[in-house]
Amino acid sequence: MSTVIQFENVHFKYPEDTRESLNGLNLEIREGSFTAVLGRNGSGKSTLAKHMNGILVPTEGRVLVAGIDTADEDRLLDLRRQVGLVFQNPDNQIVANVVEDDVAFAPENLGLPPAEIRRRVDGALQLVGMYELRLHAPHLLSGGQKQRVAIAGVLAMGPRVLVLDEPTAMLDPQGRREVLTTVTRLCREQGMTVVLVTHHMDECVGADRLLVLDRGQIALDGTPAEIFSQVERMRALGLDVPETTQLLYELRQEGLDVPLDALDVDSCAGAIAAALKR
Amino acid sequence: MAEIKVEQLRHVYSPQTPFERTAIEAVSLILPQGQFVGVLGHTGSGKSTFIQHLNALLLPSGGRVLCDGEDINRDKVSRRDIKWKVGLVFQYPEYQLFEETVYKDIAFGPGNMGLSKEEIDERVREAAGFVGVEALLDRSPLELSGGQKRRVAIAGVIAMRPEVLVLDEPTAGLDPEGCGQILDNIRAYKARTGATVLVVSHDMDASAALAERLLVFNEGRLVMDGPPEEIFSQPERLTGMGLDVPRPTAIAMALRRQGLRLPGAVYTHAQLKAGLLAAAREAERGAGPC
Repeated sequence: MSTVIQFENVHFKYPEDTRESLNGLNLEIREGSFTAVLGRNGSGKSTLAKHMNGILVPTEGRVLVAGIDTADEDRLLDLRRQVGLVFQNPDNQIVANVVEDDVAFAPENLGLPPAEIRRRVDGALQLVGMYELRLHAPHLLSGGQKQRVAIAGVLAMGPRVLVLDEPTAMLDPQGRREVLTTVTRLCREQGMTVVLVTHHMDECVGADRLLVLDRGQIALDGTPAEIFSQVERMRALGLDVPETTQLLYELRQEGLDVPLDALDVDSCAGAIAAALKR
Repeated sequence: MAEIKVEQLRHVYSPQTPFERTAIEAVSLILPQGQFVGVLGHTGSGKSTFIQHLNALLLPSGGRVLCDGEDINRDKVSRRDIKWKVGLVFQYPEYQLFEETVYKDIAFGPGNMGLSKEEIDERVREAAGFVGVEALLDRSPLELSGGQKRRVAIAGVIAMRPEVLVLDEPTAGLDPEGCGQILDNIRAYKARTGATVLVVSHDMDASAALAERLLVFNEGRLVMDGPPEEIFSQPERLTGMGLDVPRPTAIAMALRRQGLRLPGAVYTHAQLKAGLLAAAREAERGAGPC
């Protein structure tokens, strides 16, 4: 797998701030991988996401996306075609009165022929499971459905990378599941590179790689199992670990021989049951 | 002090139109002063419609809402007065901040109650204290972080000193630290004032840990009403309604599927841990020399 996004010693400071939001950050994202990003408020994770398609550009260092320097204004449209961004509030991202018109907005602006637009819109709606509702009014959809329409709108651009900045923060549990399942499928079945910024530990469990940001730098980088096993370190960074890890951690302290890396509920239960039978 | 009684409440949106929809039906319950109540149910279950009846924001299509025995909808005056007794904090209340300073925003509610300047000042400072924003009173709400804005919005309702405080998804969209602060603020308000608190939440873990009573709405009806240990002793019923269960409950369900015996209702981390340690001790005894 090749590198699709590369951060080289990236610094970034918002004009009104005294402190840098990104503080010499280095990062490579592999094509086709699923990367989750955690960090408390103000750790720089949204700023990181906004650097991935040139909404923000570094004050020092550089970001390369498929070889394009994000600071190169002449190639901004190319860049935006490579990397699509989905934000927290679905209501702020939907512009049209009919689902399929909304998804068609970007490819229309690319000046594509009508048949190609049709193909892309239908394809994108099928990928997020919203094809059946293509003629509905977006404002009558649930939060999860709206967010999937927003994702389809980005997919219709034909991007290689999908970056989602807390896409489930405003959704109910049902909507959260819908979005997470959709994103995971896009990565696993379509080979889409996914970067998911989130507050929810549980949403990171299925990722290939988990980054924990702190004060504009990458504090931890590894598989979810590796990272969540570091319970004290996570706490020191102002973060929780999943309930499964927390339980296994405390049972170990009580002398029970259980592993720390059984992240999902069933493997956690399996590990505990095995330890008790021993 | 306020006791709320809801009798056979029914609400129909857009009646006698093609969009007519019955949002809640046959809801009856009593909320004694001072309870901490969690309100559960998935989107569209009727829980938001229900809470908007508690201070006469919505008028019943059928049934009544009583406060200390009096129908809150009997006339204009009662419908106004109930808004001071029952304070409602909506979802994403930070979008409703509109004044130039945090102080003015919090003062807006009490200002409408016809209080003296001194009394308004006292209430603003007290409410700001509850949510920990005393240091921000002269700032513009626009300069605050999401969590701070949320707390200012809650202070605006608390400043009316409601005897019943109703919050719709008060922690939605906040990071774990922000969630914890808001829940601490609500607990502090309840402890200090003895107010009744209703919290609508999708966060089962928080509901299980905080509430002494849970209401579960499904398809417009109040289908479960009881203490957490009773509600979470039937986790399959909750998952059957498309609801989550607290994470410790989910792990306990998986452990039972593995054949492990755990005591009745498990819905907090402490219960799960205690149950497992007891099981471990038992296993040790069983394996020891007989």
